[in-house]
Amino acid sequence: MEFSPNIVGFACQWCTYAGADLAGNLRCKYPPTIKLIKVPCSGTVEPEFVLEALARGADGVLIGGCHIGDCHYKEGNHKTERRMLLLSKLIEDAGFDSRRFRLEWISGAEGKKFAEVVTEFTEQIKELGPNPIKAKGGE
Amino acid sequence: MAKVGVYVCHCGSNIAGVIDVEAVRAFAETLPGVAVARKDLFMCSDSGQEMIKQDIRDGLVDRVVVAACTPRTHEPIFRAALAAGGLNKYLFEMANIRDQDSWVHAHDPVGATEKAKKVVASAIGKASHLKPLEDKFVDVTDAALVVGGGVGGIFAALELANMGHKTYLVEREPSIGGVMAQLDKTFPTNDCSACILTPVMVDAGNHPNIELLTYSEVDDVEGYIGNFTVKVRQKQTYIDWKKCTGCGACAEKCPAKTPDAFNSGLSNRHAAYIHFPQAVPKKAVIDMGACINCAGRTIGSEPRISKKTGEPIYAPCEKACPAGAIDRSLALDPNGTIRELKVGSIVVATGFKVMEKENFKEFAPDCENVITALQLERLISATGPTGGKLLVPGTVNKPHTMTFVSCVGSRDERFHTHCSRVCCMYMIKQARLLKEKYPDLSINMHFMDVRAAGKGYDEYYTGARAMGINIFRGKVGGVEKLPGGALRVMAYDMEAGTPIEYETDLMILATAIEMADGAKELAQKMGLQFCGNNFYRELHPKLGPVETSVRGLYLAGCCQGPKDIPDTVSQAKGAAAAAAVPLSQGKVKIEPILSEVHPEKCSGCGICVPLCPYDAISLKPYADRPRAVIDMTQCKGCGVCTSACPSAAIVLHGYEEEQIYAQIAALTA
Repeated sequence: MEFSPNIVGFACQWCTYAGADLAGNLRCKYPPTIKLIKVPCSGTVEPEFVLEALARGADGVLIGGCHIGDCHYKEGNHKTERRMLLLSKLIEDAGFDSRRFRLEWISGAEGKKFAEVVTEFTEQIKELGPNPIKAKGGE
Repeated sequence: MAKVGVYVCHCGSNIAGVIDVEAVRAFAETLPGVAVARKDLFMCSDSGQEMIKQDIRDGLVDRVVVAACTPRTHEPIFRAALAAGGLNKYLFEMANIRDQDSWVHAHDPVGATEKAKKVVASAIGKASHLKPLEDKFVDVTDAALVVGGGVGGIFAALELANMGHKTYLVEREPSIGGVMAQLDKTFPTNDCSACILTPVMVDAGNHPNIELLTYSEVDDVEGYIGNFTVKVRQKQTYIDWKKCTGCGACAEKCPAKTPDAFNSGLSNRHAAYIHFPQAVPKKAVIDMGACINCAGRTIGSEPRISKKTGEPIYAPCEKACPAGAIDRSLALDPNGTIRELKVGSIVVATGFKVMEKENFKEFAPDCENVITALQLERLISATGPTGGKLLVPGTVNKPHTMTFVSCVGSRDERFHTHCSRVCCMYMIKQARLLKEKYPDLSINMHFMDVRAAGKGYDEYYTGARAMGINIFRGKVGGVEKLPGGALRVMAYDMEAGTPIEYETDLMILATAIEMADGAKELAQKMGLQFCGNNFYRELHPKLGPVETSVRGLYLAGCCQGPKDIPDTVSQAKGAAAAAAVPLSQGKVKIEPILSEVHPEKCSGCGICVPLCPYDAISLKPYADRPRAVIDMTQCKGCGVCTSACPSAAIVLHGYEEEQIYAQIAALTA
């Protein structure tokens, strides 16, 4: 059977979660690889959440927030951006390819973009193959 | 252990047409903690909600998961059902299997069903760890702010004021009135714009509950629904408005000139000026950017003394003012003054601007006889630069032929994909008015198609055809400047299926409506969001057209999207009604999805304090040392502090760590 990646998404409720809903309204097609966890702000996402998802075998993790300057909480996404630079290093240190993690700014008006990002990210993870933790047969 | 009830919705065929609902239900039943798993055709219907309530009343469930559409629209409905059933309404979680599943994965029903199972498992995982929360209520300041004094803002303010609420109306120009004040007549009735607007402006100016703050801009907004603190900058007028009578003597004597924005740059005004003749308030200002400081009278300097007479030499504006309202010796602050307002709700009605012709090289923008439709509006207005006489700009000639071009910058991927909605109708209006006044004038109109969907609009358009106005379907490809000043128009007539070319004397471009200058900055101050790059985003395109994602902030008029005057007035009255709700209730509910510090875990490191975008966190003594405390009325629940706390001492209620870890575990199982 073809490998279908399992992607955990953290989506801020004002922009990316709304954008994902809009993708539905517009009936944009994308692969059923991503499952969103709604959070108030991308700044709510603890780096540990991302590491935990990877450690548990998620093939990819996406954080979606408002565009810089459009944050519902003024500047939460600035903090996300800053943290995630460091997080990419932590992900590599933990033995994962940092391309399994993505931070994307997707607004509530960008349903099409949400679908495109998921489609493209899915393709990228397909190339990377399954999370190596799963291949080793356990956490 | 929690007893989770899972309710899977078919949403008619919206979900069940793609996802195997029974498979999802049966899967949910096998998960730990799930007490019951049921399905229904429409979970949000009375019978669906009753199913949940009955299970709660029967003691079967104490946590509820509904797998259906999006929490963004339906969470409040199901929360209310929980409350009605006697369960704390925050013991609820939604699994989005429609908008984010069946609607987008219709091409892969098996994959969609597997995703639905995971998403439902994630919601069950979270629900198992949910804790009951209580709403909080805070008092409301019974006052409203309306930003923008165009026709939308004026009506919003009048409605609020008539309901008995103190209302501040902030406008950045010296007078209220907005773009409608610039218009000559209005479609489809040919009502004189000033005749119907001016009395309303006067009403707003005289209303005991309305305080006009013109020549002012919003500097900063803080707070939350019911309790906003707004800093308004009243720009420096350089004229004492308490004394100014609006006689206009200063403007008459002022020698400095600058393009008059009210006349869309078709004429000049003086540096000392009154915005327009029917201005409310009718007060003069000095535009320091244009002032030439005659007689060396820079602001705050002592007058020079004449060597001949020994008398002080004053500037012409000072000398002209019979009320003594101008005194250039005063060291007035060029930044104006800051006024702090306390309001409970805010209506944003900041309007729009039209694109300038310079953006469109194909229409020979350097020619004086190519103008925008708003400029034509001033050209045919009795208060305009020619007193209402149609003359080709830059000449004293009447045009023999004139051309209207629609969709300039609208419905054009290079500029804006949206339809500006009013152009078809105002062009028809302008053509009809001109044809009535100048029957010999040959008028050619080029439309992509005519959009005349309002009440009485199509009749108005059909009437224009009957008047002998030439209407072509098809785009104008370009314009060439001819020696002697005329223009050659090159267009396509889709109905005849042929290209057409002719000479014209005057060309009118119906340029696109776009967001007003400063709209982006205001959005950042208020937390407003945009639809793409164009207009402010409403809470819901159908069911929340005046609300925004910021509670207590409402939208009216073109700042939310292009619309005509009747639609703007309707929306303004709607926004006012919505803005009045918290003011009338006297108290507003604050959802408890907020952060809280566990002081016993807090190390007092203070990392969270500068991170908070609302300055809600401070260090206060607790037991042996200072520890963080969050002011619940300032917190908005973004969770930035929670994720940064190295001691895990801060919880964001409704998004607690163990709840999110349970979701991650379910999604990766």
